[in-house]
Amino acid sequence: MRVVVDYDLCESNAVCMSVAPEVFEVRDDDFLYVLQEEPGEELRSKVAEAAERCPKQAITVEG
Amino acid sequence: MTDPLSSVVVVGASLAGLHAARSLRRRGFDGTLTLVGAESHPPYDRPPLSKQVLAGDWEPDRLVLASSADDELDLRWRLGAEALGLDVAARRLELSGGDHIDWDGLVIATGARPRRLDDGGRAGVHVLRSLDDCLALRADLDARPSRVVVVGAGFIGAEVAATCRGRGLAVTLVEPLPVPLGRVLGGEVGTTLADVHRDHGVDLRLGVGVEAIEGGDRVEQVLLSDGTSVACDVVVVGIGVVPNTGWLEGSGLPVTDGVVADATCQVAHGIVAAGDVARWTHLGFGEEVRVEHWDHAIAQGTHAGETLLAGDGAEPFTPVPWFWSDQYDRKIMLAGRTQGADEVRIVDGSLEERRFVALYRRGDRVTAALGMNRPGPLARWRMRLADGVAWADAVAGGA
Repeated sequence: MRVVVDYDLCESNAVCMSVAPEVFEVRDDDFLYVLQEEPGEELRSKVAEAAERCPKQAITVEG
Repeated sequence: MTDPLSSVVVVGASLAGLHAARSLRRRGFDGTLTLVGAESHPPYDRPPLSKQVLAGDWEPDRLVLASSADDELDLRWRLGAEALGLDVAARRLELSGGDHIDWDGLVIATGARPRRLDDGGRAGVHVLRSLDDCLALRADLDARPSRVVVVGAGFIGAEVAATCRGRGLAVTLVEPLPVPLGRVLGGEVGTTLADVHRDHGVDLRLGVGVEAIEGGDRVEQVLLSDGTSVACDVVVVGIGVVPNTGWLEGSGLPVTDGVVADATCQVAHGIVAAGDVARWTHLGFGEEVRVEHWDHAIAQGTHAGETLLAGDGAEPFTPVPWFWSDQYDRKIMLAGRTQGADEVRIVDGSLEERRFVALYRRGDRVTAALGMNRPGPLARWRMRLADGVAWADAVAGGA
């Protein structure tokens, strides 16, 4: 699967980070960094939850 | 062993209700699934109502919650239908229009409605909960009022004040507490919030309440409890919400500031509750709580759906509450529960910089973390709070 973030929508609420810290990190510069753009299958449900919980619906999971 | 459910009705078609429905399908419920909503709009997101939509930056079409994926869930929608009464024994929900729906599983997610002040029916006085409220208020703001009085400096009032200032309007913000959100966040953080409002040109009146909303057909001034009057064309009342449980009167279900559920979100056999309307036992806090946050509606809606299907195997719902508020150029985030805190301490940044993390202690535990423009550290504190954090460890090691 591939994780895609729309940075125009992202507001760094970091909900994604608290759901899937293996994939999402908001760093001290307040920007969101996607740590693994193609996470392994074992992370699918966490990544899907992160996408669902994003207050700006800025995350898309492809494939 | 109970029979599998065949017909679930979700009463309340907003954030919690929609997530309960999705959760039910995800967990394999394949019976009839109906969402009943009092509003005529399909489910929409509320947080932008006090920000982007009110500012005129977004139109309502950007708020739609149901996605194309929801079209595959075989959901039935009864919008513009208000729940009027519930017959638990007969498993029947009475709706406005003399209609009813039978169910064997029920999700109560009817949310809350805003408290109001006595405005004598005058025009120009608004609450902000629904899309219709927002569009009516926005129309009044578009008319360039001479001054907007916002009553209540809680999160809604604060965001409305910020949005009005962003639109170049004169704003007076009235708050009975000595500082905004003083009871929830403490005096120091509250003082910083007051300073932020004043930094942005808000006429902030603390320690006063509204005595009367006066004028002719339209509001002309607000009389405050210190005897002063504020001339204005628009009033926005943001003094909290009341859970929508009137329709449950006579049902026999327990109602005390919300419908009362157990630790798993179950109210009674085959009945669960989620979102702003739900008071449930949080085993982590050791008490009943009702949480009015956006993220909570999603998490609890999801959990309630699972509980409905799980029967005796239902798990307790023990989230770390999470909240955020965008005011001016500040992003305030709160993880955990501040009520009953014995101490507040700034552990990162400073109040002066308007960029900090504050931790709240109850006993020897960290119960909450509050951040202003510190999203990364707050996300980390949120994760730590889920596992439990001893105060001594927290203040020794920092974030």
